[in-house]
Amino acid sequence: MEVRLFNDISYERFLSEDTLMGSRCRKCGALFAPPRAMCIKCYGSEMEWVEMKGRGKLAAFTCIAIGPPFMIKEGYDRKHPYVSGVVELEEGVKVVARIEGVDGSKPEDIKIGTPLEVQFLHRGEGANSTTFLAFKPS
Amino acid sequence: MAVVGAGMSKFGMFADKDSKHLFAEAFQDMLSTVDKGVDPNDIDALYLGNFTNDFFVHQGHWGPIISDLLGLAPKPATRTEGACASSALAFREGVLAIASGFYDVVLVGGVEEMSKRSTEEVTQGLAMAASPYEVRAGFTFPGVFGAMATAYFDRYGASREHLMNVTIKSHNNARLNPKAQFNVSIRDIMDQRVEKARNKREPVPTWRDEKEFLRDPAANPVVAWPMHLYDCCPISDGASCVLLAAEEITRDFTDNPLYVAGIGQGSGKGLHAKEDLTYFEATRHAAQEAYGLSGLKPEDVQIAEVHDCFSIAEIIHMEDLGFFKPGEGHRAVEEGLTRLDGSKPINTSGGLKCKGHPVGATGTGQLVEIWKQLRGEAGARQVPIKNLRVGAAQSLGGTGGTCTLTILERR
Repeated sequence: MEVRLFNDISYERFLSEDTLMGSRCRKCGALFAPPRAMCIKCYGSEMEWVEMKGRGKLAAFTCIAIGPPFMIKEGYDRKHPYVSGVVELEEGVKVVARIEGVDGSKPEDIKIGTPLEVQFLHRGEGANSTTFLAFKPS
Repeated sequence: MAVVGAGMSKFGMFADKDSKHLFAEAFQDMLSTVDKGVDPNDIDALYLGNFTNDFFVHQGHWGPIISDLLGLAPKPATRTEGACASSALAFREGVLAIASGFYDVVLVGGVEEMSKRSTEEVTQGLAMAASPYEVRAGFTFPGVFGAMATAYFDRYGASREHLMNVTIKSHNNARLNPKAQFNVSIRDIMDQRVEKARNKREPVPTWRDEKEFLRDPAANPVVAWPMHLYDCCPISDGASCVLLAAEEITRDFTDNPLYVAGIGQGSGKGLHAKEDLTYFEATRHAAQEAYGLSGLKPEDVQIAEVHDCFSIAEIIHMEDLGFFKPGEGHRAVEEGLTRLDGSKPINTSGGLKCKGHPVGATGTGQLVEIWKQLRGEAGARQVPIKNLRVGAAQSLGGTGGTCTLTILERR
C-alpha cells in the first residue's frame, strides 16, 4: 500500500474508498479515529493505519431542521430533518457521522444504544466529489 | 485586584448601530458606574474580545479601532479570540497583566455585530468555532447541544419538560432587565399572540400554561431536536466592558469594589473525542482552577451567570461548576432553586437566551450582571439573598473548546 500521511486528508481519501480508518500507536497501542499523526498517550510518533470494522452503537443524536447550505441542497428542511449523531465504535473510539435509515421527523422513535453499521455517502462529481461518513441501523 | 466599574450597551438587533457605536455605549455606561470617577488617561491597556467581526463586518483588527474610538491610543490594545468566550478571555488577560505587576488599570470588554447578516451567514460564521468533523457530519451549533441533551436525557431520565423550566425562568428574569433583548416573560408572549389573533380575527390560541405554549410546534418549532426555538439564544448585537484596578489603588475608584477572588480557564475536545457526552471537561477544569485560587467552594457562590447558549447548557454547566451533582441540575430548576428567589439564583439577567448573545460581548456582559447584583443595584431583579457577597460568571466558547469561570467577591 502507498504511504499515506496520518492526517484528515488521508482519512477523507479512505472514506472516498469506502473505508473507515484510524491510526494506532506502534509503541503503546492507543487507537485514534479520526487518525492522529502523534500519539497523545505516550507521544510516540510511529503510527500505523487500522481499518475500523464499521460497527457500533448510537451514543447521542440530534434531528436537524435548520441545516447548513450543503444539507439544504440535499433536500433537507424543516419538514424533512436529517439526523447527525455520535457513534461509539466496537473498537472503543467515537466518531461523529450522519445517521441514515431513521426518520428525523420522529425523534422519539430514535433510541440511544441502537446498533449501527457504517455507510459511505458519495456526493458530487469529479473535483467536487465528497464522501460523508454515515451509519445506519444494522 | 478588583472590578471598579462595569457597563454594557443594550443587547438586541440594531440596524442603526455598528460595533463602534455599541462599544462607546458600553464604555459610557461603565464610566457612569465608577463611584469616584476615572480619568480615561489613567487606563494602561485595553483587552478586547471579539469573535466573528472578520467574517461579519470584514474587519479583523478591532483592538486599535476601539482604543482610537475611546481616545486611549497610543496605549496598547489587544484582541482576544475564544469564540463565545472571547471577552471572558480578555478579562483573564487583564487580570494576569495586573497580577504580574505590569499594569495598574486595565479596560476589558467585548463587542459583536451580528444582526446585519442573514441567519444562514450567521450560522456559517458561528460554525467556524465547531470542530471540522462536526461540520462534516451536518452538525450545527444547536445540533451539538441537542446531541448532548439526548445523551443527558438517556443517562439521567430528564426530558424536554425540564428544558422548558429553564426557558420559562430565563424569560421571567429578563422581563425585569431593561437591557435584555427579550425583556418579556413567556406569559407576555402568549398574551401578545392571543391579542394579535383577536385583532386579526384569526383563531385564538388556547394554551393553558407556558409549557403548553412551548409544546406547541407552531409556537415553538424544532431547530435541532431536542433544541427548539425557545431553547436557543438569539442573534444579537452588543458590547460590554469592565474596569480592573490593582488592589492598592482600588479605593481611588470606589469604596465598594468587587475583588477578583478566582479565575479559571480550560480547553475541551470535539464531540467525538469526549470521554463523556454529559458534561464539559473544560468547564470542570476552569472551575477547579478558580475554586483553587479563591479558596472558595461551589456552595460559597451565591449567584451565577452561566453560559446558557442553549437551555441544556445551563443545566450541564451548573453541574460542572459543582452547584448540583451530575444529573441533578434539571431537578434543581424544576424545584425552583435557580429562580430569582431561589437558594441559588442562576442567570438573573435572563441569560444568553433572553438578555442576548452578542458572542464577543457575552463574557464581560455576564460580569456586568454580577457587578449589579453584588452591589445591590439590580433593581426589580435584585435577588433577596441577605449578605450577598460572592458571585460567579462562567463562559463557554465553541462547542466546549474554551471555558472559563470568574469569581467576584465583595469584602
